[in-house]
Amino acid sequence: MMGFKQAHWDEPLIIERSIEGAVGFSLSSPETPTVNVPVELLRKKRPKLPEVSETDVIRHYVRLSQENYGTDLGIYPLGSCTMKYNPKVLDRIVATPKIQDLHPLQDAGSVQGILQILYELSEWLAEIVGLYRVSLQPAAGAHGEFAGVMIMRAFHKQSGDLEKRDEIIVPDSAHGTNPASAAMAGFKVVEVPSNQDGCVDIEALRGSLSHRTAGLMLTNPNTLGIFEADILEIARLVHEAGGLLYYDGANLNAMLGKAKPGRMGFDIVHINIHKTFGTPHGGGGPGSGPIAVSKKLEEFLPVPTIERDGDKYYLDSERPHSIGKIHGFWGNSSVLLRAYAYILMMGRDGLEEVAELSVLNANYLAKKLGQVRGLELPFPHKVRKHEFVLSAARMAAETGVTAAHLSKRLLDFGIHAPTIYFPLIIEEALMIEPTETVSKQELDEFTLAFSKAGAEAYTNPGVVRDSPRSTAVTRIDEARASHPKTMQLTWKERPQAV
Amino acid sequence: MLRELGVHDVDAFFEDIPKSIKEDSALNLPPAISEMETRLRVENLLSRNLSTRDVVSFLGGGVWPHYVPAAVDEIVSRSEFLTSYTPYQPEISQGMLQALFEYQSMVAELMGMEFANSSLYDWATALGEAARMASRITGRDEFLVPHYVPPNRIQTLKTFCEPARIRVFEVGQDRRTGAILDDELQQKISSKTAGVYIENPSHLGFLEAGAKRIGELAHQKGALFIIGVDPISLGLFASPGEAGADIAIGEGQPLGNHMNYGGPLLGLFACRDEKLLRQMPGRLIGKTITKDGSSKAFTMVLQTREQHIRRDKATSNICTNEALCALAAAAYLSLMGPQGLERLGKIILNNSHYAMQQLKEVNGLEVPLFEAQHFKEFTVGFDRTGLAASRINAELLKRGIQGGICLHDQFPELGQSTLNCVTECHTRQDIDLFVAAIKTILGER
Repeated sequence: MMGFKQAHWDEPLIIERSIEGAVGFSLSSPETPTVNVPVELLRKKRPKLPEVSETDVIRHYVRLSQENYGTDLGIYPLGSCTMKYNPKVLDRIVATPKIQDLHPLQDAGSVQGILQILYELSEWLAEIVGLYRVSLQPAAGAHGEFAGVMIMRAFHKQSGDLEKRDEIIVPDSAHGTNPASAAMAGFKVVEVPSNQDGCVDIEALRGSLSHRTAGLMLTNPNTLGIFEADILEIARLVHEAGGLLYYDGANLNAMLGKAKPGRMGFDIVHINIHKTFGTPHGGGGPGSGPIAVSKKLEEFLPVPTIERDGDKYYLDSERPHSIGKIHGFWGNSSVLLRAYAYILMMGRDGLEEVAELSVLNANYLAKKLGQVRGLELPFPHKVRKHEFVLSAARMAAETGVTAAHLSKRLLDFGIHAPTIYFPLIIEEALMIEPTETVSKQELDEFTLAFSKAGAEAYTNPGVVRDSPRSTAVTRIDEARASHPKTMQLTWKERPQAV
Repeated sequence: MLRELGVHDVDAFFEDIPKSIKEDSALNLPPAISEMETRLRVENLLSRNLSTRDVVSFLGGGVWPHYVPAAVDEIVSRSEFLTSYTPYQPEISQGMLQALFEYQSMVAELMGMEFANSSLYDWATALGEAARMASRITGRDEFLVPHYVPPNRIQTLKTFCEPARIRVFEVGQDRRTGAILDDELQQKISSKTAGVYIENPSHLGFLEAGAKRIGELAHQKGALFIIGVDPISLGLFASPGEAGADIAIGEGQPLGNHMNYGGPLLGLFACRDEKLLRQMPGRLIGKTITKDGSSKAFTMVLQTREQHIRRDKATSNICTNEALCALAAAAYLSLMGPQGLERLGKIILNNSHYAMQQLKEVNGLEVPLFEAQHFKEFTVGFDRTGLAASRINAELLKRGIQGGICLHDQFPELGQSTLNCVTECHTRQDIDLFVAAIKTILGER
């Protein structure tokens, strides 16, 4: 691990490989007569696209792939992202014309297979989160949040309450998407502080709740990896105030078979399929973010829903109280298909084991890393779930080595860094989620790397601050990247900077 | 591990969960099965689907059959790309970052715009984001759209607009030519208009010849001009930039992505200049250098627009996007190049016109319903046959053909009609088969 060296090809932009007239395509010879188009409709200026061969394209992108780190290479402990290993059979299952070449507007009779799969998957997801009904339409977690908050909006609108209820409460430890989604759905965001246990401060919550409260958005376990043990009381207070409870499912991995958000009192849940249910993250997407709701909110789900009549499945758009559509079609079907196969293969016991192992791994790692000099585990008496947050504040004060430096040094050891500077309530935060798909050996290697970097901070801080050196490129000039005078977002020559 | 943690059982880690919750946590799900059983079971279910390889399909309308080169599938299968995530640590994620920078460059070129983001979910959500962006920039709250936009896209637009208090108004299109009605546009556009949106080619396959003029009118009134496109047309037809658009959006699925029953898709989003850029939703990748100047390098930029920094003040809540689909599009456009895309455009144009020509000669059909230049998609009117479009499609399916989208529910004024899609995937024989089947069905009455 200490001998890691990532490939560095110094690969030019693909446009720089262009040779005029080179082609990477083969099109069938024309079989139909040529049609002439009025010249004023035609494109005047040819787009500056690469002119390269298929060999050039493959070599270019394979070289680039070697300058990229994925979960197939090793531990990827980005907190709250659940970067687990994805079983390879799922890749095979989706690589068939029986899903790839299905058109979304086909007659229901010709897509019974995929409709049955999606229907059963939505039933399973409802069972897993303990709610009544699921929509598979959202394409990502944040998209699910938007749909969920729109459902809150529709609920209060129906009660004639919407003008009055214009606030959504989020804890100060919440994912950034929560306040962003609430604002996007037209609500004001009220932040509630955490208490000395790293959980929602009940007294502060009581103070924030009012007739203006539309709802509360919460993830449980929270972003510190701590279970909000007062959740039943929180739910009671929010409901008493007339609000709804929204569950951010980013941290669902720790709860599989252990606790259902519906039983905690949540009314709406989004599920990050790409985190919890074994589908790859694709370098940033596609994901999938289904939402589940309680019975009283079912009528507001996006259209269409997938329905079953005997052994026939169909799409139903006749739902007058629906929030409408939030995606052009039915959601990210091929991602959902992977999740269906994942749940089938894992079974109920396998899923529970996912929660147990992910929590065991996190607690084991928290104990080991909490012993590294300069690092602290805030709220040390609390048991963690799937993730934990370390603070490098002491190290930063004593050595000048920050969480950012430390994370860059980890890259030199061929492991991905944790999420850093989040949640905002922990100074110099390092947020670590090992997942269930790493072995004890890997956890020990990770600990070794962390300890080495931590020790270096005290003995040779320069080497940590100057890292990484083993990655495709060394430390990047971020300021230059975003500066108006030097920012470059395409390969086009920039007009003279203003 | 348990011993080192001083506990006997993993249950110890779940003791803080209240009893009433824990007691009701068992999952009523099937037991585990092997990898082989899983594969057999799923494949068995999937075999009940009729794919567009099993039948000849003429469905389009937002998701279209296009050939995906093997090289594209190979590139997106590279597990270093597939199993990575958002490049929060750029030094170890240069591959995806460079690929996305190249994607942004190619989309900007194709659209004739200055900047493009690194993807949104799909065309429909890109439209919703475009309306909200136009409203933020102009401080106005009305948005104009043409009549012939697919209902699913309009419904999504309205869901995005409602909480931002943006009102969506429709502008009529000429029933004979499809052109946007000039006097109706003049009448509806005002100092409240944030944006004017058109699609080119339109949902019904005809080109809008007056795009430039519509853009000029929007600009005169201080509104933004937004054009939605099918990017596969852009090797041949005028780009949104050439027509004067401020924001260009579209569906990137035709660029190397499979239809996948409607998702994942790829939302294209581009804008004209730096002033607009600051309000653009979605992730942006920039090219820079390393601090020691030893190498070029790529990283995420202008993150202060995004949710993880700006929280409730962000331009959008989007986090996970469609990066892998964007990678497919970059690989696809690299393979095609400017020449390939132009030639592909001509093949699609010729094939779709051949189909129109053949159907036009069938007694009782009106093909197309609009007198205008068409590309890839076209309407077929069945009113004079006395048969419902759904009935004709049912008959076609018996013959191994999936007819076009029935338009009557969406646009009742078009009568019994369908929207048909013909691409490079359709051989002349496929088209002849379609025409012959329709003749037979009409003759059999």
